[in-house]
Amino acid sequence: MGYRQKNRHVGIVGIGETKFSSHREDVNQPEMVHEAVRQALDDAGLTINDIDCVVHGNMELFEMVHQPDMWHTLGTGAYGKSSFRLTTGGTTGGTLVSGADNLVASGMYDVVLAIGFEKLQEGHTTGGITNMADPLWARKLQSGALTAQAAVKVIAEFGEERARRAAMAYRIIMDKHACKNPNAHRAFHLEWDQMEDLMENSPPLIGDLRLIHMCSQSDGACAIIFASEKKAKEISSKPVWVRDHITVHREETLNLHNNYYPIDTTHRFAAEQLFGRNGIDNPLEYFDVFEMYDPSAWWGVDWLREFFLLEGDEHIRMVENRDIMIDGKMPINPSGGVISTNPIGATAIIRVAEAAKQIRGDAGEHQIPRNVEHGLASSFGGTMWTVLHILEKELNW
Amino acid sequence: MNQRVAVCAVAQIKNEPDIWYKRFQGMVLECFESIVGQTGVTFDMEKGVRSIVSCSDDVFDARTISDNAINDAAGAYFRGEEKSAQDGANALAYAMASILSGHDDLVLVVGHCKESQTESRRMCTNLAFDPFYGRPLGLDYLSAAGLQARAYMKNAGVSEEHLAAVVARSREKAALNPFARENEAVTEKDVLQSPLICDPIRSLHQYPVTDWAVGMLLCTEERAHEFTDNPVWLTGFGNCMDSYFLGDRDLSTSTALQRAARRSYAMAGIDDPKTAFDVIELNDPYAYQLPMWAENAGIIPEGGAGKWIDAGAMAARHINPSGGMLNGNPIMLGGLARSLEVVLQLRGEAGERQIENATRGLAHGNTGPAGQHHAVLVFEK
Repeated sequence: MGYRQKNRHVGIVGIGETKFSSHREDVNQPEMVHEAVRQALDDAGLTINDIDCVVHGNMELFEMVHQPDMWHTLGTGAYGKSSFRLTTGGTTGGTLVSGADNLVASGMYDVVLAIGFEKLQEGHTTGGITNMADPLWARKLQSGALTAQAAVKVIAEFGEERARRAAMAYRIIMDKHACKNPNAHRAFHLEWDQMEDLMENSPPLIGDLRLIHMCSQSDGACAIIFASEKKAKEISSKPVWVRDHITVHREETLNLHNNYYPIDTTHRFAAEQLFGRNGIDNPLEYFDVFEMYDPSAWWGVDWLREFFLLEGDEHIRMVENRDIMIDGKMPINPSGGVISTNPIGATAIIRVAEAAKQIRGDAGEHQIPRNVEHGLASSFGGTMWTVLHILEKELNW
Repeated sequence: MNQRVAVCAVAQIKNEPDIWYKRFQGMVLECFESIVGQTGVTFDMEKGVRSIVSCSDDVFDARTISDNAINDAAGAYFRGEEKSAQDGANALAYAMASILSGHDDLVLVVGHCKESQTESRRMCTNLAFDPFYGRPLGLDYLSAAGLQARAYMKNAGVSEEHLAAVVARSREKAALNPFARENEAVTEKDVLQSPLICDPIRSLHQYPVTDWAVGMLLCTEERAHEFTDNPVWLTGFGNCMDSYFLGDRDLSTSTALQRAARRSYAMAGIDDPKTAFDVIELNDPYAYQLPMWAENAGIIPEGGAGKWIDAGAMAARHINPSGGMLNGNPIMLGGLARSLEVVLQLRGEAGERQIENATRGLAHGNTGPAGQHHAVLVFEK
């Protein structure tokens, strides 16, 4: 039977995002969460009494709070309500959206509030990520999220000059987008004429991964309210519909499965499966916006090819031709993306929130300057994990 | 919701004090292989498992993204895997929602926890409190339970003798359960004389450190016949979060459990929980919680717990035939352990402790200090 249609449609009716920064010292964790929840409720025109169920997620070892949904009840408003806590590392935010979608579509709840947060300044991010690796044979090799693998791969395929220019062009485009987003953490106002200087002089982290390529370490929270079709239409004049979602994980601890899927990345596998079952033959043509979880400029460039199922150097050309700019053919991350803002447990739900805002047409200064009907949002986590969401303006698929 | 969700198979390893000889991945793999062996389930994209729901905890595993490490052991290689980071009852409920949503028709649930590998349970659960007020006071789950035990026992007429009866019975029942942690049998006198660890909680009132892993296969009603001739139906679920500050709560009762139970009974169409269940598994990490949860779940009248224990109702009502959490399951997996026992009882596979003609059962799980969060599941044959 494979994939089946959901039993009922689910719409996004409220969105809240905090201001993101390196140090939200003005608020504690529940207060920060509350900021996003308050905004989402106001956006939807609801009160906390209208929420049936709260779904909460982050990564515990970043702030070293065990089962933080307990304390955060003060900010989430979960008191007296049904609640779930779902966490899958970097993909947590995407899992929260999939979870809320499942919970509403199941008929168990009509209105579900999903909240992702992280306050990375309160912990040690690289230590936290390194702690993911197997203590017996990988932890001593792991350097947090810092890896130049994608750089090595892109350089090997397209040569140093072209690869480095593509990565830096991607980086500058993301910064130009971030400058339009008042919530963005880092917005440097980079100019194109700084390209050579940055390629040469930005401090190297590992191999060809330089500081300027890498995502930030941010504080912030994001909340989205989901409702059943009937409720969504009552609550919002422009609900954004969650059409479908897929999760694809891989992590070889025991080497049980190595003979089965030797070729694809989880990104490409997820995209093939999701587009295939939804009859989307040409994703590049179909989607009007893609909010990608791009932890570094190198990954951003490399993954364009995976998500859009491209071949050869098509993805490099998209960057070189600046097709991925907010007013380009395929706008990527009009919000500025993850390189500008990365409160990890919130990062992936921000992708969905931002894609939904673009579809609603109320993203403000970073609104794509044309009609946006079909949105794609990706989440990335763990070693190589993918969650993908398709969002729609109309209920017509 | 016209659909019912089927539990097609369950698997577990034996609860042990310290599974030093096996990594938690290996513990999960055993359950995984058992489920595949029992059901012949595959993991292909068309008719196989495409979605796995796991239950574990980063702090107790001392591992960022604890589910990352069990990904391939749970069959999630190039498949979906999502972790419920609460008591396992919520993992089952989330799997149930995934199926009822129509998005999935077949979901594998796995859970693991090795409490033995943490330096100290106290340290881990102290981290569940906020760093401003709760942690500096030294609060942990045990001290929160101590405060609750005091508040509850006074109101409910539950005495130390009653708790001794609860603990002794837990050990008796567990002795009949081949997967239970092997503990020494204790008399009520042993319990009464065991050292106070957090007044009024004595050492034998608390669940012992335990390692365990568990797996369950859930699917839609229409596909159940592919995997079993003996499905158990998951027909009700409700959960509820209480307030955070202990001082904001009336610790002598649990409105969260009352609401969770009401939600679950409403979904399952149960009018009177006092008579509805043939088997009841309540998650009792501390002895006082067994009668307390029984009251709040509506199984006995509020305030009547002492008399209820005196009347031998724990046996008559078939409460915790597995031995319960008191005999030892790891934290996080209590709700899954309770559910697993109910499923075995309804399938008629509970061996020496089998309850005759059991057709409907309740399983309960709780998370957080002094039961801040509760979940109630209803299973039917």
